[in-house]
Amino acid sequence: MGRLDGKIALISGGASGIGAAAARRFAIEGARVMIADIDEASGAAVVSEIGVAAAFHRLDVTDRDQWAAAVAATEQAFGRLDILVNAAGIVFDGTVENTSLVDWRRMMAINLDGTFFGCQAAVPAMNRGGYGSIINLSSVAGLQGSSDLFAYTASKGAVRQLTKAVAEGLARDAKGRSVEPVRCNSLHPGVIDTPMLDNFFEGREELRQSWLAGKPLGRMGTADEIAGMILFMASDEARFATAAEFIIDGGMTA
Amino acid sequence: MTRLEDKVIVVSGGASGIGAACARLFAAEGARVTVADIDADGGAAVAGELGDSGRFAALDVADEDQWVEVLDAVTSDFGRLDGLVNAAGVAAKDDRLATVSTADWDRIMRINLDGTFLGCKHAVRAMKGRGGGSIINLASVYGRVGDGDSVAYCTSKGGVRLLTMSAARHCAEAGYGIRCNAVSPGFIDTPMVAGYVADPEVRRAIEKRHPLDRLGRAEEIAAMALYLMTDESAFVTGSDFVIDGGYSAV
Repeated sequence: MGRLDGKIALISGGASGIGAAAARRFAIEGARVMIADIDEASGAAVVSEIGVAAAFHRLDVTDRDQWAAAVAATEQAFGRLDILVNAAGIVFDGTVENTSLVDWRRMMAINLDGTFFGCQAAVPAMNRGGYGSIINLSSVAGLQGSSDLFAYTASKGAVRQLTKAVAEGLARDAKGRSVEPVRCNSLHPGVIDTPMLDNFFEGREELRQSWLAGKPLGRMGTADEIAGMILFMASDEARFATAAEFIIDGGMTA
Repeated sequence: MTRLEDKVIVVSGGASGIGAACARLFAAEGARVTVADIDADGGAAVAGELGDSGRFAALDVADEDQWVEVLDAVTSDFGRLDGLVNAAGVAAKDDRLATVSTADWDRIMRINLDGTFLGCKHAVRAMKGRGGGSIINLASVYGRVGDGDSVAYCTSKGGVRLLTMSAARHCAEAGYGIRCNAVSPGFIDTPMVAGYVADPEVRRAIEKRHPLDRLGRAEEIAAMALYLMTDESAFVTGSDFVIDGGYSAV
C-alpha cells in the first residue's frame, strides 16, 4: 500500500535534483508522474529509470502556454492531475549593486513566474479531479536575507508569499462548496546536494564549506531527504496543511 | 514493515487530544509508547487501548523529579529512549492582558513552557550516547501570530518555538544525534480547545479564521509528528512545522 496510490503528479524540474528525487519517490509510493523539464535528455533518463509510472513532457516554465500544454498532457496521459511540484529553479550569486537587470529578470522568470504559471495552470485541472496539493520549492533563502544571493533570495521570498496568497484564495473559493480545497504550501530546503548547487560551487569548494561551517548539522542534505517531505505534503496525511512553510535545512535557520 | 518499528517513545499529555492521537498512531506504526500524563484515568485508558505496545506513567510535567523518574524508568526497562513528544499543554478561559489572573499565567508557563523545557532537558540526557533521538514540541500558531484573547498562551508557545530551536542547535553542535523540532497546530478539536469553543457561535467564528473553514483533527497533527519521529526526517532539526488550515498565513 503506497502513500500516493492512484495519485497523478506533475513535477517541473523533474529531470534532476530535488524534482527527480520526488519523481522517484512518488512512483515508489504508487503515483504516476509527469516529469516536466527543459532538459529532455535527463528527463528521458529519469523516465526510463522509473518505468511505466512515468512520462516526460518538455517544459520551459517561463512560458505560460507551455504550462497549459504540460497540464493537458498530464491529464491525457494519466486522466487527472492531483499534485504539482514546482521544483524548477536556478541560482547564481550577486549583490544588489552588481546584479544586472538581465540576470535579475532571468531569475524571476524561472523561479517566480514559473511557479506562478504552474499554480495557475494546475488549479483548474485539480478542481476537475477533486484533489489538489501544490508544493512550491522556496528555500531558506526565502526566510533569511543574504547579501550575496540578492536575486535568489528575492525570488524565493516572493515564492513563499505567493504560496500563502494562493492558498488563502483556494481555501476561500472552496467554502460553501462540498469540495476539499486545493492546498498550496512552500518548502524551504537548506544546502542540498543537487546539480544546481554543484554548478554553483564549481571551482570554489571553499564557498560550500563556508556555507556549512558552524551550522547545526554541518552537512549538505540529500535530494531524497527533501523528497520525503514533499511526499508528506503531497499526500492525504497533510490535508490540514495549507499556506504553510516547511523547513528542511539541517538546523541552518534555527 | 511499520514506520516506527520498536522505537521507544514517551508522549507527555498522552491521555487526551493530540498526545493521545500521537500515542495511538505511534503504537500502530510499531512503537512502544509510554503515555505520560497527570490524568491517571485518561492515561491508563489510552495505554490500555494500545495493549502490549502501551503503558501509562503518571507525570506532572511541571515537576522535574517526576520527569527524571519517568524517563529513568523507560531507559531502564527498554534500554533506551528514541523519541519524546511534549504534548502536555493548557489554556485559560480569560487570557487577556488586562484581566488574566496571575494564577492562570503561572499555570500556563509552568505546564506549557517549563514542562517542555524539562522534557527536553531530561530526554537529551537519556538519549545522548545511546544513538540519539527525536524530540517533538507542540507549539502553536499562537507561537507565530499574536492574539489579544490568548496573551499568556501565545507567550508560552513563542517560548516553546525558540526553546526548540536553541535546543536543536545545542544537540547538533554537541554531536548527540538528537533532533528537536516544533509542530504548530491551528485550533484542533481536542478537550483543551473544547472549553474555548463550547458556544456554537464562538466555534463557528474560530472555524472561519482558518481558511480551510474547520477545526483540525488530532490525527492530522499526529501524522506530522510521525514524520518527525521517523528516520525520514534525519535532516530536520530546529524547524517548526505549521499544520493550521492556513490560519497563520492570512
